[in-house]
Amino acid sequence: MTATSLTSTQGAGRAGDKVFSGATLAAGCLILAVLFGVALFLVVQAIPALTAPADKIQGGQGFFAYIWPIVIGTLIAAAIALVIATPVAIGVALFISHFAPRRLASGLGYVVDLLAAIPSVVYGAWGAAFLAKEISPAYGWLAANMGWLPIFQGPASTTGKTILTAGIVLAVMVLPIITSLSREIFLQTPKLHEEAALALGATRWEMIKMAVLPFARPGIISAIMLGLGRALGETMAVALVLSSGALTASLIQSGNQTIAAEIALNFPEASGLKVSTLIAAGLVLFVITLAVNMIARWVITRHKEFSGAN
Amino acid sequence: MSKRIDVKDLNVYYGDFLAVEDVSINIEAKSVTAFIGPSGCGKSTFLRTLNRMHEVIPGARVEGEVLLDGDNLYGPGVDPVTVRSQIGMVFQRPNPFPTMSIRDNVLAGVKLNNKKISKGEADVLVERSLKGANLWNEVKDRLEKPGSGLSGGQQQRLCIARAIAVEPQVILMDEPCSALDPISTLAIEDLINELKDQYTVVIVTHNMQQAARVSDKTAFFNISGTGKPGKLIEYGDTHTIFSNPVEKATEDYVSGRFG
Repeated sequence: MTATSLTSTQGAGRAGDKVFSGATLAAGCLILAVLFGVALFLVVQAIPALTAPADKIQGGQGFFAYIWPIVIGTLIAAAIALVIATPVAIGVALFISHFAPRRLASGLGYVVDLLAAIPSVVYGAWGAAFLAKEISPAYGWLAANMGWLPIFQGPASTTGKTILTAGIVLAVMVLPIITSLSREIFLQTPKLHEEAALALGATRWEMIKMAVLPFARPGIISAIMLGLGRALGETMAVALVLSSGALTASLIQSGNQTIAAEIALNFPEASGLKVSTLIAAGLVLFVITLAVNMIARWVITRHKEFSGAN
Repeated sequence: MSKRIDVKDLNVYYGDFLAVEDVSINIEAKSVTAFIGPSGCGKSTFLRTLNRMHEVIPGARVEGEVLLDGDNLYGPGVDPVTVRSQIGMVFQRPNPFPTMSIRDNVLAGVKLNNKKISKGEADVLVERSLKGANLWNEVKDRLEKPGSGLSGGQQQRLCIARAIAVEPQVILMDEPCSALDPISTLAIEDLINELKDQYTVVIVTHNMQQAARVSDKTAFFNISGTGKPGKLIEYGDTHTIFSNPVEKATEDYVSGRFG
């Protein structure tokens, strides 16, 4: 028997290594190429709108005057969705991971995941045909009793097709995303840390505040960002639910518009500079999403030292 | 500031499985009591029943009485949260909260139940607790750094500081040195010797030399086979258990003939 030479290589294993590393490299490059391609397309197509004289743009006052109301509208709708969905999602996720009996927990988790599988057009139809009608009396009440707040200023929409309704529908849509991601993170909290808190005399809720939530914080932020991504970009539901119009501070009157719905509603009949304007609006949405994600990453890394990863 | 523990006819279950059978033991105040025995004999399980941490595991329950200076921990209306704040615990692997600074780790238990504490009092308490855990000199200049940045032995002493900061009656230690190197182990053992001036200490250990070094009394647990419940075989002065045990099984175990 001859001694195995150090220089001889097992052919198959090495080839597998090379193929695998090549494939992963290709996949990584492909993602970057697609992202770059989309960005390039948006910029090139948007340039005519960005450089056109102000009176040629829809509204006649230039691209900026056209875009900022719908940027604000987009942000308002997404903010409403997150303000409603985040506490509910974290509550449901905590209930599933730490409070519910095991059998109920798995059933509930399944139902929440099912919510994510419903197509957005169905949510839109539900919001427009059912929720808007049912919720409009509440808007009347808000206008009558809390009308001194600019956001609840009357007269309330009688159809209920307002930005608040759209925000609520969006909240239902992002709820399963935030819930399932948070639940997975909560379940991964080390038993060791939970027991450390309990052994100090923490109640269940104190244990969650002490061990579970701090551990899950970066994960919760990521989950919210994914939800925000969906809320910012959601088109169909908003297009169906919202009776759009000019930017208004009141959430319970008809009015406001989001970028995604604006593009969807106008694109089929658009031509020439109008197409370019809508694509420029898409570019703005792209930049907003990118900025939001970068802020989220910054927030997460700011606390890296205390993340427990070291 | 330390109380005795008397256990009467305790049976410990995981669901229907009887894990520890019929243990009665009297643990003296201001002493160190060691639990020894082969793996799976139920000594850690039994230890966790002494501060009601056992029932954290779904389906786990006990029958019998654990008396802390005469008060039954399993009596009706007894809140496990209160029990645990009086009977502290140190775990097998160091578990400081990774998201908290060293200082906040020490104060974690004190701030529970919405207790307010002034900054001055907190500073005094942090220093006293860390000195009590022989860690002060090593960390006094980096109290705001994360506790997870310390070495394993330092982390374990931080956990001890966290446990003694709430001034418990009893400190339970579940193999506190099994994840540590010999020097850190020595530091913890020295600390245990100092702790017994103020606290009742109960320690589970796999290391018989350690039991012999640190404890006043030793309890030997054993199982007759897989799937059978663990039992308390013999309990007595550490010196007697190691030099002249009554039971044959104890003698076999401490002399290294099995386990």
